[in-house]
Amino acid sequence: MPVTHKTLVKSKQGSNAQSQQKPLAAKTAKVVSKKKDEDDGTEIGEGGDEWMHGKTLIKPPDQLDLTEAELKEEFTRILTANNPHAPQNIVRYSFKERSYKPISSVDQLAVHFFLEGNLLHRDSDEARRQKAKQGLPDEKATVVTETEDEKLETPLQAAGGEEAGDVEEGGGEDGAHSVDSKTGKKEQKLTNQFNFSERASQTLNNPLRERGCQTEPPPRASFSATANQWEIYDVYLEEMQKQEKNKEKAKAVPKKEDDKGKKKLTLVETQSDDLTKVAKVAKIIERMVNQNTFDDIAQDFRYFEDASDEFREQEGTLLPLWKFQYDQAKRLSVTALCWNQSYKDLFAVGLGSYDFTKQGRGMLVFYSLKNSTYPEYNYPTTSGILCLDIHPDRPYLVAVGFYDGCVAVYNLKEERPEPVYKSSSKSGKHTDPVWQVRWQKDDMDNHQNFFSVSSDGRVVSWTLVKSELVFTDIIKLSLVGAVSEGPEGVPPPTMACGTSFDFHKQINYLFLVGTEEGKIHKCSKAYSSQFLETYDAHNMAVDAVKWNQFHPKVFISCSSDWTVKIWDHTIRTPVFIFDLNAAVGDVAWSPYSSTVFAAVTADGKVHVFDLGINKYEAICQQPVVAKKKTKLTHIEFNPVYPIIIVGDDRGYVTSLKLSPNLRSKPKEKKGQELPRGPEVEIAKMEKLLSLLREPENSKA
Amino acid sequence: MAEVEETLKRIQTHEGVIGTIVVNAEGIPIRTTLDNSTTVQYAGLLHQLTMKARSTVRDIDPQNDLTFLRIRSKKHEIMVAPDKEYMLIVIQNPSE
Repeated sequence: MPVTHKTLVKSKQGSNAQSQQKPLAAKTAKVVSKKKDEDDGTEIGEGGDEWMHGKTLIKPPDQLDLTEAELKEEFTRILTANNPHAPQNIVRYSFKERSYKPISSVDQLAVHFFLEGNLLHRDSDEARRQKAKQGLPDEKATVVTETEDEKLETPLQAAGGEEAGDVEEGGGEDGAHSVDSKTGKKEQKLTNQFNFSERASQTLNNPLRERGCQTEPPPRASFSATANQWEIYDVYLEEMQKQEKNKEKAKAVPKKEDDKGKKKLTLVETQSDDLTKVAKVAKIIERMVNQNTFDDIAQDFRYFEDASDEFREQEGTLLPLWKFQYDQAKRLSVTALCWNQSYKDLFAVGLGSYDFTKQGRGMLVFYSLKNSTYPEYNYPTTSGILCLDIHPDRPYLVAVGFYDGCVAVYNLKEERPEPVYKSSSKSGKHTDPVWQVRWQKDDMDNHQNFFSVSSDGRVVSWTLVKSELVFTDIIKLSLVGAVSEGPEGVPPPTMACGTSFDFHKQINYLFLVGTEEGKIHKCSKAYSSQFLETYDAHNMAVDAVKWNQFHPKVFISCSSDWTVKIWDHTIRTPVFIFDLNAAVGDVAWSPYSSTVFAAVTADGKVHVFDLGINKYEAICQQPVVAKKKTKLTHIEFNPVYPIIIVGDDRGYVTSLKLSPNLRSKPKEKKGQELPRGPEVEIAKMEKLLSLLREPENSKA
Repeated sequence: MAEVEETLKRIQTHEGVIGTIVVNAEGIPIRTTLDNSTTVQYAGLLHQLTMKARSTVRDIDPQNDLTFLRIRSKKHEIMVAPDKEYMLIVIQNPSE
């Protein structure tokens, strides 16, 4: 140690002595002196010698030689607090300017020595914590802590001990204060080194108890679904329907009773067998199966056009398609046929009997072209049906006329087999068979109404009012012509028997009635006792009378006297007469041409006429039913498809397709576009009629 | 109820029909005229196919829906008519 002292001193001295010299020399001198110091540090003896010889200046060999003047030159040296080791040119990369920038101020602090102490300020957190720790084991206060304030708080020691105990039991709220006071007092507590005994006690620890309970895990079910566009659409649709239902419920609140009744019904339905829901699907499948079986017929119906018609100049043929028969209707004859105007493949068949002696039950059967083996709807009736008509606007309403004189209305939407309305003897039913019914347009009160004609000579209008049929006699047919008295002076019956009627397509109030006597009366709804006109039509009962679908003046009539006659209602004699060699059962105009009509005869033939092509003969005469004993009773054209249905007296309905020649349209002239539509048809007919009228005029 | 039974009976006795199966919404056959193993096979496979076909139709236009499905093979024709809750499968030998 003394050596180092010396060396230090010496170095200082050396440096001071040489501080007046040039800095370089000073540096080197310093270095040299330092080296010397190192050497001196080891050799004590030499160090002593040199100290003795300190007065004589020893020049080191490589010392610079300077002149006196240079030696006396004064150099100012500034003592700064700069750290000589600190770097002077630190640069830092500035991201803002994207370049290296020198830092202006460099930290000059140089730490020479660092020692961490273990003193804490008494108010700091750590100190407090430590005090608290020390304060808790208060009874063990023999731990000697280097306290300073012994004298001051001795009288509080005893109190401190008690207080500490109280505080312990109390809780930790005043922990800080008590700890402070505790520690303060504890520090002053003097412990006797000889007979000090410490007593400790432990409070009872509350026994620990673990309690747990297990619940039943909630039932889990795994669920998977797909989220497609259509599933989302379905959900939205359901929502909308629910909302609409709610709206309806809000509106129909006063009708609570009805709703309750309906609810009960729906509940009962859901409890019943689930197979009822398969109904719709089963129907579809049945149709598909039928389509497969009768695949060729379906194809023919759609696509077959008889190519040989090109070679048959004017004649056409009828291609048989489906045959409709129903087991339970075998012994009945077809008494009425009607196509449905809205559903073009649905038609109604009325079954009954024309035979006066064999009167029994009847049936109303609906067939669809899509299923020829089984009817869509069928209603058995007690009396034979003689006529039917489907409402043009409401395709589910069917008016039916019976042999026993009743009329009834069936609603196809309802499930029950009875008619919705039925006339009875109280409500003005006919006393004789009803031969024809026709729906009319709704009257002023929006009630549906229809007309019926019967052998008792009355034309009656029936109105559907709520749940009843209200009848109004429109006209009573009276016998026109010579009335001869009966053999015993009994006045002859004055009523004629109506057997058919038809309403004019455009003029609402005008209608024709055919009678059993063979006369046709033109009547108006307005006049109830007078006829507008009477035509001497046939020698036997007029079976059918029909207005032309296009031309407003023309109508056709047929009768069992083997003739079909075409009339212009302004002329009292027929315009055309056709003799068909057998009793004509029915005649019908075609919906696509004003000059085409078809008739069926009792010998099983269908005759199709086109007056535009041949005015004198049929362009098609074809037997349609196998056995010649079968009589054809009715015929109807389909409003859309080129097919006709023919009913016979064995209960069969046959459908036939018209060949192209039968539905020919007038030839187009080159360069001219043919105007389509009813006007053309009217013009065609008019032309025909004018041809006939001219010779008459010329005659007249 | 009886009407449905009658319709199903008519289908079963129709010319050329080999078998009929009624399947519920989960693909489980509830009525059949074929033997068990065949029924289960048909029901399972056709159920999947019908779902797929229906999904296809509805994806293209959500307002559309599948009415029926026909698969014609060399030997016979399988017809499926799906419904919201049930599905009817009929295997028929077409009249050719």
